[in-house]
Amino acid sequence: LITGRTREQGQALHVGKRSQDYQQATAWVEIGPQDMERLELEDGQLVRVRASDGQVEVTARRGDLPPGLLFMPMGPVANMLVGTDTQSTGMPPFKNLVVEVERV
Amino acid sequence: MSEVFEHVICSFCGCLCDDIEVEVQDGAVAKVRRVCSNGRGVFTHYDPTPRSPTVDGREVTWDEALDEAARVLKGSDSPLIYGLSSTASEAQRKAVALADRLGAMIDTTSSVCHGPTGLAMQAVGEATCTLGEVRNRADVVVFWGCNPATSHMRHFGRYSVMAKGQLTPGGRKDRSVVVVDVRPTASSHVADLFLQVRPGSDYEVLTTLRALVQGKRVDAETVGGLEVARLQELVARMKEARFGVFFMGMGLTQSGGRDLNVSELFQLVAELNEFARFSVVPMRGHGNVAGADQVMTWQSGYPFAVSFARGTPRYGPGEFTAVDALARGEADAALILASDPLAHFPAAAARRLERIPVIVLDPLPSLTGEAARVVFPTACYGVDAAGTMYRMDGVPLRLRAVLPSSRPTDEDVLERLLERVE
Repeated sequence: LITGRTREQGQALHVGKRSQDYQQATAWVEIGPQDMERLELEDGQLVRVRASDGQVEVTARRGDLPPGLLFMPMGPVANMLVGTDTQSTGMPPFKNLVVEVERV
Repeated sequence: MSEVFEHVICSFCGCLCDDIEVEVQDGAVAKVRRVCSNGRGVFTHYDPTPRSPTVDGREVTWDEALDEAARVLKGSDSPLIYGLSSTASEAQRKAVALADRLGAMIDTTSSVCHGPTGLAMQAVGEATCTLGEVRNRADVVVFWGCNPATSHMRHFGRYSVMAKGQLTPGGRKDRSVVVVDVRPTASSHVADLFLQVRPGSDYEVLTTLRALVQGKRVDAETVGGLEVARLQELVARMKEARFGVFFMGMGLTQSGGRDLNVSELFQLVAELNEFARFSVVPMRGHGNVAGADQVMTWQSGYPFAVSFARGTPRYGPGEFTAVDALARGEADAALILASDPLAHFPAAAARRLERIPVIVLDPLPSLTGEAARVVFPTACYGVDAAGTMYRMDGVPLRLRAVLPSSRPTDEDVLERLLERVE
């Protein structure tokens, strides 16, 4: 799983992080077509994403990603999955997290 | 009555676009032209009406809020000052002075964006240039682990891809554009060459590029999911460049290896200079995060992760960086300047911020502000306050106020806090 900025997240944060816009802009996971098929998922379905540091339930979105790679917008939802091991740099592992995905 | 301000600077991202036009009518922003959709909210979603500071959610006078904030900071054994990247350098300077006076840790949002880039600069050095040089000269532009089409929306048009300059009068057609990323993005769609690396393989791809640039033999057929022949194609393009530039982002700094990935890129750029003129510019996220590095370095000798606990500045990435200090429970109070770590830190570090007294200075409501002991609703630099910010290439720009100022600035509040903790 990699986390990062999206246009929707960048615009919604001006509206406020409690806003519906921001919630919708940050509570989804993008999954490639092969993984969607393998996990028998449909666009818009609720999935549970689990990492060693936490888990979240978010909407699955079909995206242009290779098998085995997921993307989530940065923000408090994705950060439930991110640990605090910075490898002595200060930088948490916001990218390349190992996660499991299952249908809810 | 309406007034039009031209050449206004947008403070949202490190591009600091300085060609924005803002129309002000009856003391409010009526229209904003040329701004991107990320930056528009800076002007349209900020309400400059003065608001009272709060203590535990209750509205109080400025003096009461300052007294409470000073009491929290003076009573703390190990305070943390964090943020700094969305405020002006005048306020950043005061924040460092406050850390010095309190014997506090001070860290900036650099530690969760380009902190590893700072470590690489210290290890390797930095071959750099300005965005003006890129616009006027660059004919080979490589974007590695960044997606400006989403995060720095006008970068392509103003500086790096479509921009027309003295030696690049044809704009896009005078440039060779390369994107390296783990996934196709809005930015990779504009590239002449898109190299899709396997996640976590940037270091080995960069090492291979270094070997190829030096003319060494590479036995492997593929590296990081890429055919070496394609890397060779990139090397040939780069060696023939008149003026080449790399722009790099979180794909390198937030992946395993972090600063080591960036060091490898900086080394590659240094070595390319034996064949062609080459530079590297980090894609800085927040409007003045580059200024935070500048001011911290100018004031303390180090760009981020500094502790004044022993009376002199000590540097400790992994120790005095905010996520580490919070996750280990070492910070027992925090002053958050123009940042929202409760939204952007890993959950375990964010939870610590909910358990300690926190003081927030921010023009806008934030998740951190909601949980804070004291909140100071300050002015917004570039909208209703003037101040200095540094663009991603290290060029300082002066932001004007387009609205009348009626709120205290971050600098004002920090100055008054400094007097109170004396």
